[in-house]
Amino acid sequence: MPAMLKRLARSLGLVAPNFHGGIEPDDRKLTAVVPIRDCPLAPLFIVPLKQHIGGICEPIVEVGERVRRGQKIARADSYLAAPVHAPTSGRVVKIEEHAIPHPSGLGLTCIFIEPDGKDEADDSLTPMPDWQQRDPAELRERARLAGLAGLGGAVFPTFIKLVRDQKHPVQTVILNGVECEPYLTNDHRLMLEHADEILSGLAILIHMVGASEALVAIEENKPDAIAVMRRALAVRDDLPDVRVVEVATRYPHGSEKQLIFSLTGKEVPAGRLPMHVGVLCQNVGTCKALFDAVMFGRPLTDRIVTVSGEAVPEPANLRVRLGTPMRFVFAQCGLEDFEGLHVLHGGPMMGERLRSLDVPVVKSSTGILAFSETALSPAHQAEDPCIRCGHCSEVCPVSLVPNLLADHCRADQLDKAEAYNLFDCIECGCCSYVCPSNIPLVHYFRYGKGQVAQIRRERAFAEESRHRSDARMDRLERDKAEKAARRSKVREQLAPEAAAATTAETKAETTTQGEGES
Amino acid sequence: MPIMLSSPHIHGGDSIRMTMLTVILALMPAAIVGVYLFGWLAVFMMLLCIGGCMATEAVTLLMMGRPLRALSDNSAALTGLLLAMTLPASTPWWMALLGSVFAIVLGKQVYGGLGYNLFNPALSARIILLISFPLQMTSWIVPMHVGTPAVDLYDFHACLQLFLFGPDAIGQGLDAITMASPLGHVKTEWTQGIGVAEALNNYHYSVLDAFLGREAGSIGETSALALLIGGIYLLARHTITWHIPVSYLATVAVLAAIFSSVDPNHFAPPLFHLFAGGLILCAFFMATDPVSSPVTPVGQLVFGIGCGVLTWAIRSFGGYPEGAMFSVLLMNCAVPLIDHYFRPRVYGHGNGNGA
Repeated sequence: MPAMLKRLARSLGLVAPNFHGGIEPDDRKLTAVVPIRDCPLAPLFIVPLKQHIGGICEPIVEVGERVRRGQKIARADSYLAAPVHAPTSGRVVKIEEHAIPHPSGLGLTCIFIEPDGKDEADDSLTPMPDWQQRDPAELRERARLAGLAGLGGAVFPTFIKLVRDQKHPVQTVILNGVECEPYLTNDHRLMLEHADEILSGLAILIHMVGASEALVAIEENKPDAIAVMRRALAVRDDLPDVRVVEVATRYPHGSEKQLIFSLTGKEVPAGRLPMHVGVLCQNVGTCKALFDAVMFGRPLTDRIVTVSGEAVPEPANLRVRLGTPMRFVFAQCGLEDFEGLHVLHGGPMMGERLRSLDVPVVKSSTGILAFSETALSPAHQAEDPCIRCGHCSEVCPVSLVPNLLADHCRADQLDKAEAYNLFDCIECGCCSYVCPSNIPLVHYFRYGKGQVAQIRRERAFAEESRHRSDARMDRLERDKAEKAARRSKVREQLAPEAAAATTAETKAETTTQGEGES
Repeated sequence: MPIMLSSPHIHGGDSIRMTMLTVILALMPAAIVGVYLFGWLAVFMMLLCIGGCMATEAVTLLMMGRPLRALSDNSAALTGLLLAMTLPASTPWWMALLGSVFAIVLGKQVYGGLGYNLFNPALSARIILLISFPLQMTSWIVPMHVGTPAVDLYDFHACLQLFLFGPDAIGQGLDAITMASPLGHVKTEWTQGIGVAEALNNYHYSVLDAFLGREAGSIGETSALALLIGGIYLLARHTITWHIPVSYLATVAVLAAIFSSVDPNHFAPPLFHLFAGGLILCAFFMATDPVSSPVTPVGQLVFGIGCGVLTWAIRSFGGYPEGAMFSVLLMNCAVPLIDHYFRPRVYGHGNGNGA
């Protein structure tokens, strides 16, 4: 009944929404009161060469080599990348392709490390307790070398955002502790247990980008985290312009663009970054990792993972070394028999279904969830025809018209789909969640995006081939013209001796043609 | 079916079945008022139309080789109930049955079934009946508790005979047991040169009676109060949004207010318009039919305003006394266009930006 009144109030416009659309699923935070504990070392670590958005890293260790915890084992060759580090000390046993958590189900080259149990740390990154005196560029390089990537799940290489740009100065830093996905509590626990480190990380962020204020956004369903963060903030005098902001419990409030709009009223223009509206948004986990990297010279080798779902006997929040196989992590929570279970990587709204449990925990592993078949049943029910109820456009945080967009994707009318802003979809899943006809709208959008990307690739390839072919034709023409010019010059010089020239010219012609063909 | 690997992996639990059931529930107050006013006739009509629609749906599904599972989504039952609500209680049974077949076959299945129809199935059937049988569709039997009814509508046997064999079977002429609706009365008097105020006066019209539903009309459309209760329930359950009913009713009220203040002799006042005929029923239950109305809020406002203008114009200038049903049907045609042109502004596009 209160939910009904709330809905009525909202539909009558009495309650102002913070961002357009959104849904309020049952949040199922089973592990909100379970303290973080350490996951033991697995017998074998599988470290993928890419755990972020961007280019694949290049391995710099060889099979048989001994590595230490935090030693860089793969370097980032492209700009948009984060290097990969050894999760513990041990020996590299093999480097080969292995399954990773990715919706495509495709594998990736991974470095396999057999731990020696000593867990010796590498000390190539020196601690910087004097970070306040350091140049922001130096700290930025530290963030890059430490392999930091957005730990909220998007794993965008962190250092790229930590920039002082004269044209787009960052005024506001937003620390994202919203954690709007059901089940996930890793950020929640981190704020409860490491509030001070997070705030120190925030101080480093503010120093780096030169922001004038910062907001720590937490959903109102985490009153304890709000209280702890406020208390931690109150005793610090180095963060005068920082506020902890309580935001409405509404999915996807933690989505970067939606959170920025909700807190500042600014919209990030399509195809641009938050810095273009003077905002830097970082997840609390990333912030803590930045603190560790700067203060202690610790690269990113572990993360907090929420192990939850109704099929897990002892749901928990674990500090897991990156590269730990998921089967091993589930075993720590009492789950070993996966018969008839579905396993999700990430939250139930945006995570992906895993086909194999032998995949490792990576930087994007916010949570791993296990459910019985029936718990996720709606996704398996047959799709009914769309009755155009419009609930999907009501809840769309980007204000798309999902049902019409899905029609275009399904019919492969990709130009129309693009005109209906296909690429503005953030795949949050709100539309599919509310659809009374059980239409997997997000699935159609992913399909549409994939098709468009494929066509663009093919077009670019064709264009390149055409350019190459044109360039070759031009070159041949040019060569011919040059030769002709040279010939006529020679002819002019030799004009008086015209009689002798006739035979020579015929010869020259033959050679030119021969060259042209070669 | 392939395993769905795509997110989201949870669902809010909403279904077509529940949506349709909610609308059926929301119609219950009006249906009860219908039974109160028209006795057994209303019961027969509702049962016949619901049964007729469901049977037709089953036959068409079988003929098209589609699974009968679609029958359980309650949409055919809802169409039947809606159709019954729009029919006069004195409609012969075969006419109602024909209407049910029209609704499902011509209103829905020829377009490809649920979700693909351009027009509201119940309304299109009602319009076909109105055009085919203008006399029966505009004859309103005298309801119980209003004046002195010629037939005791709570008498099962009399009603059954009236329903099956027409007024002759109980020794009455159609004229003797029917009366004019307020809208029809005003229109007839106007054609004879009598102004609105005088016409309402000699009809003994009262706004309160019209609001409560103590007047002649179709089975489910007389009581504005009962329909409003159902409409508010739909709003609270979030089955419909306020955009269409509010913009529709407000447009009619504003137009009526302006014109009746300029020429009260020709144009009826706003409250008369709001509570008369099928306006409230159309505004909350017909125009809001998701399939045949626009998807986006702005589009829905445009749609509602269009319905309002057309309803008021047909009532004030047209040949038919009532225009609500025609206006919704006409606006149904414009829905694809409205959907195309009135899309919301997408996040990060166009103006409305801090940067």
